[in-house]
Amino acid sequence: MQAKWINRLLLMPATVWLLVMLVLPLIFVIVFSFGERAPAGGYIPAFSFEQYANLPARFTAFKNTLTLAPLGTLAALLIAYPLAYYLAVKANPKWKTLLLVMVIVPFWTSILIRTYAWIYILGGRGIPHLLEFIGIDGVRLINTPFAVLVGIIYGYLPLMVFPIYVSLEKLDKRLLEASADLGSPPLRTFRQVTLPLSIPGVATGCMLVFILLMGEFLIPALLGGGKVFFIGNALVDLFLQSRNWAYGSAVAATLVIIMLVTVTLYMKLVARVGEQREDVSIL
Amino acid sequence: MSKDYKDNMPISRQKFIEELRRYEKGSVSRRHFLGVTGLGFATAVMAGAVPGLRPSKAYAGNLGDKVVLATWPNYHDEANFEAFTKATGVNVQVNVFGSNEEMLAKLQAGGSGWDVFVPTNYTITTYVGENLIEPLDLKQIPNYEASAFDPRFAEPGTVNGKVYAVPKDWGTTGYVVNTKHTKGKKLTTWKEFWDITKTDFSGRTMVHDYQLTTIGNALKYFGYSFNSVDPKELADAEKLLLEVKPHLFAINSDYQPSLRSGDAWMSMCWTGDGKQLNSDMPEMEYVIGKEGGEIWSDFYAMPKGAPHSAAGYALINFLLDPAVNAKEVLAHGYPVGDSRTNALLPKELLEDPILYPAKELLDTLEFGAAATLTDPNRAELLARFKSA
Repeated sequence: MQAKWINRLLLMPATVWLLVMLVLPLIFVIVFSFGERAPAGGYIPAFSFEQYANLPARFTAFKNTLTLAPLGTLAALLIAYPLAYYLAVKANPKWKTLLLVMVIVPFWTSILIRTYAWIYILGGRGIPHLLEFIGIDGVRLINTPFAVLVGIIYGYLPLMVFPIYVSLEKLDKRLLEASADLGSPPLRTFRQVTLPLSIPGVATGCMLVFILLMGEFLIPALLGGGKVFFIGNALVDLFLQSRNWAYGSAVAATLVIIMLVTVTLYMKLVARVGEQREDVSIL
Repeated sequence: MSKDYKDNMPISRQKFIEELRRYEKGSVSRRHFLGVTGLGFATAVMAGAVPGLRPSKAYAGNLGDKVVLATWPNYHDEANFEAFTKATGVNVQVNVFGSNEEMLAKLQAGGSGWDVFVPTNYTITTYVGENLIEPLDLKQIPNYEASAFDPRFAEPGTVNGKVYAVPKDWGTTGYVVNTKHTKGKKLTTWKEFWDITKTDFSGRTMVHDYQLTTIGNALKYFGYSFNSVDPKELADAEKLLLEVKPHLFAINSDYQPSLRSGDAWMSMCWTGDGKQLNSDMPEMEYVIGKEGGEIWSDFYAMPKGAPHSAAGYALINFLLDPAVNAKEVLAHGYPVGDSRTNALLPKELLEDPILYPAKELLDTLEFGAAATLTDPNRAELLARFKSA
């Protein structure tokens, strides 16, 4: 009996936090989304679906987010996996810690400052200038979707590397030896042993990066020059410039719904892959 | 999600901390560690944020140690802030904004924490109407001498007979063009600005992230009023903006860095930025569109409930001291309506055509209208243009 009360007491802070910081604001967002913009900006109560009817006006922002977020996640995965594999499996144990720290070190500087650095690297005096030396003229990188993608990969890479690293690090090396003993070439061992066993890390990494990317606004704002708009940027604009809280809430609510649907589908997919893997390991 | 994933996470974190600890105990020197990790730099920054370590000096009355100023890019002489801190012990924290709408949004949301901000003429009646600013206590600003100021640039600060804002400086909104790329052609109109963006300057033009000027100067392409809120005229402006958008380098009110680096060749531009750029790079030419555009004046005002209002008044008073204001002008390159300040400025500056355009150009310009600030169509038009 006493233990139960202690449990409840211990859960209190988290419950209050969730209620105040998540549930309550979400209710506000939903209520506001049926309202109207006040004459000088802000919100006045109403009940209309007008804000939702107006959603197509932000189609491009939704489209940019829904293409660049998965694309950025995929690109980060393709770069992170070999890196994590090297760190976990191939790297000399003597250097491993140092190499790991080097992956984290960029996190110790604000993402804002690191993204600003990319403005100069991708700007006319950066990479395009170097390319001129080898005779390639007229390359423009900054303020393009490509620049935004580079910024995304750079900014989110560590979030992808670590979960994959952990799952590869745990990998029982004897399984690899067994696979080799049974006559499997390295590539097949990778495909049938290493890769399936690292799927949990891949799944976690992708989820982390994807969810954060869906709400991203800093990188597109700085490296997209206000031209490659994410839904996050549209939201910032609606609240901080046009002061249309009602419409902003409708866009935010829609984003939440899209996220819920995608993440649920994704979890289902991962769970199915997981089951298949367990079937295989039982066999 | 599979079972071992859940088991994984806490272990990985623990492991991670262990790894870090091992690293701390390891063979690498402290100096190397600080250097590699950026911790050395972080310590230096933190030391600067500790009040006891900052310069302070006794000043008549207790002003506290901080004042927050919301203003525009490239708009002050940093040395003046340092002098203010030296004289009063009050540190000036500067927040930079790109549009009046953004300032209004922050104040409407509440808790901005600002003590002083710099609104433009056409916004002040809205701030008063929305009950967001306080009438100024002019006794606390002895350096503001109403009779010394040109009434054209001071009057919008007075609403219903009460002074809510005192004039900072004034200026025009034109565009700056890097003449190295114009092949000898002289640009004089807004029509040319938009047309050349679609052709020779494709990918090299910047427009403000600001409804008043970006929409206003698109309206000028068709010869409409800069302040139009007519839905049909706005629709024309939107069509032009959407057509031009793929040819823009960026939509950003802080355009000096891109123009200086050579990435951008032309941008909508305020007087002072034009002057600053032209002083450093003579090929940068400031143009006022023949069709017209904006003339404006900016003010110092205080939001309701400013947390450090005494320091706010002290800052406004300090910046309006003619000797200080003259230094401001030399740094920002905007004209002021204060005859006492002008008496201290060099003659060349008072005759500079960027600061003081020819009368026939000035006559076509319009002051921004209050309606544009709150008009829902203009607000949504700019937001749509940006997210298109």
